[in-house]
Amino acid sequence: MQFKELIVQETNNICEQLSSYEDRHTSFKELFLTKDTINFGPIKLLDRASIAMRTVILFLTVLTIYFFSTLDYQSIDVLKGFTDTFVNFKTMFLNPYAQRFTLGEAFYNVVVTLGLAFLTTLIGGIVALLLGLLAAQNLAPKQVTNLIKGFVAIIRAVPTILWVLIFAVAAGLGSAAAIIGMSFHSISYLTKAYSESFEDLDRSVIEALMASGANWWQIVFQAVIPSSVTYLLSWTFLRFEINFANAVAMGAAAGAGGIGFDLFMAGGFYFDLREVGFITYLIIAIAIALEVFSTNIKGKLQKSI
Amino acid sequence: MRDDIFTKRRNGNLVFLLALLILSVGSIIITEYDVIKGFTSITRAVIWGGSNFYPDAESLRILPEIFPKLQETVLMSIAATTVAAVLALVLSLAGSQTTRINRIFSIVSRGIASLFRNIPIVAWAMVLMISFSQSPLTGYLALFFGSLGFLTRAFMETIDEVGNNSIEALQATGAGYFHIIFQAVLPASMPQMISWLLYMIETNIRDATLVGVLTGTGIGFSFDLYYKRFDYHAASLVVLLIVITVIVIELVSNNVRRVIL
Repeated sequence: MQFKELIVQETNNICEQLSSYEDRHTSFKELFLTKDTINFGPIKLLDRASIAMRTVILFLTVLTIYFFSTLDYQSIDVLKGFTDTFVNFKTMFLNPYAQRFTLGEAFYNVVVTLGLAFLTTLIGGIVALLLGLLAAQNLAPKQVTNLIKGFVAIIRAVPTILWVLIFAVAAGLGSAAAIIGMSFHSISYLTKAYSESFEDLDRSVIEALMASGANWWQIVFQAVIPSSVTYLLSWTFLRFEINFANAVAMGAAAGAGGIGFDLFMAGGFYFDLREVGFITYLIIAIAIALEVFSTNIKGKLQKSI
Repeated sequence: MRDDIFTKRRNGNLVFLLALLILSVGSIIITEYDVIKGFTSITRAVIWGGSNFYPDAESLRILPEIFPKLQETVLMSIAATTVAAVLALVLSLAGSQTTRINRIFSIVSRGIASLFRNIPIVAWAMVLMISFSQSPLTGYLALFFGSLGFLTRAFMETIDEVGNNSIEALQATGAGYFHIIFQAVLPASMPQMISWLLYMIETNIRDATLVGVLTGTGIGFSFDLYYKRFDYHAASLVVLLIVITVIVIELVSNNVRRVIL
């Protein structure tokens, strides 16, 4: 208590000294310490945020324990499974070897998968650019943005594999169904990313252009897109990386072709672990190359703009 | 001078568009993608979906079969994410620039993260299915390894963002390594980490469907079964349930994020 009074007194002194230098009507004292009482009580340890975090952690831990306790262990030998898996991984990664196809064929199939990813990203990007403009709060009325955001959230909730399989009924299994089905998720993801980049644009720029009589399209093409093009491109590259992984998965699960299909045949049909290892190495190499490429492009874009 | 800038910009745009065009044509040829078929299939899919792909009264009979599978899938995703998060926390503390013990630890844990993140989930599923067959553990482990790679990377970036200031302040007071971790690093990065954790759970529920189709487990297998039997009403009910589950989890995690961030 002594300490508290001391501090209040000292602060008052400083304020008086300061306001005597100032030629203004308001003194610092009035500003800061008229009704301030400094509270030296114990710091609150549990605010709302930490209660929420603890609840989430507790909840997840309980559910995890529940999952392991209700798991049906009887049909499998867990220990044997783990040792088997370890041996399998050893074969996979230490003895990769392709038996059923040549290196050239493998590369051709990688290019097919890259092609699937590229077309998906392109279709996704074009549609998302339009939807992103309509979903940005500074460019479209609130009802429209809400409608588009809700629509996009529902699209995202359906797993990609289900989109592809649903389209496969209408278009037949193959690249058409895979590309259209995968585009749905790209559209949803990119619309969200694009609209958030557009919303970063300063409101005054749009108002200035509106005041000069520019119409909506002029505002979009002269201000909105040029100022956010770096973000748009880096989001699109990121999505391309994701789409490559998706295209591998769709090749395996929905017969879209490419390296994913080879992976599925090697693992699920021939049980050839050495081939699985070979294909996995190939995919990892491409994925890392894409990552390095997109980091470089991002760096260059940020420098040039 | 001004003309120069505009010509340059126009030429740049032209080169970019030309590159896109060439890549598109190349991709269309190599993937044997029928453009017209692709786009007309959208209208056909809508018409077909409207007349066949909706849950009818008869398909409700599968609900008692589906709910345990859905529950299993959701629990599996949560368990895989939670266990992966604990390990990822250790790996990211060892790998982050600010908290690492030495360079070797950092390189090893970054390497593990990058490797696990880039191995396709299909490869995990295939290899694990050979040893664990059609048990929920197959799906669990496939999701676990993928999540471990992603979460380690995300956590590492979160810890890096916390920065050096508070760590240096504690070091100056003579605090030990574990004091610094538990008093400065973890409290500051916990909200962001939980946000990543919740995101990973959402992603894992969607990925669990894919793993389920591939390995014959969980809700993905149910969908595949009805789909291949041409029982589209039942299959659409499965899709509907997945959508509701994902949206509910997204809403819950958005609310949690609003409180903690």
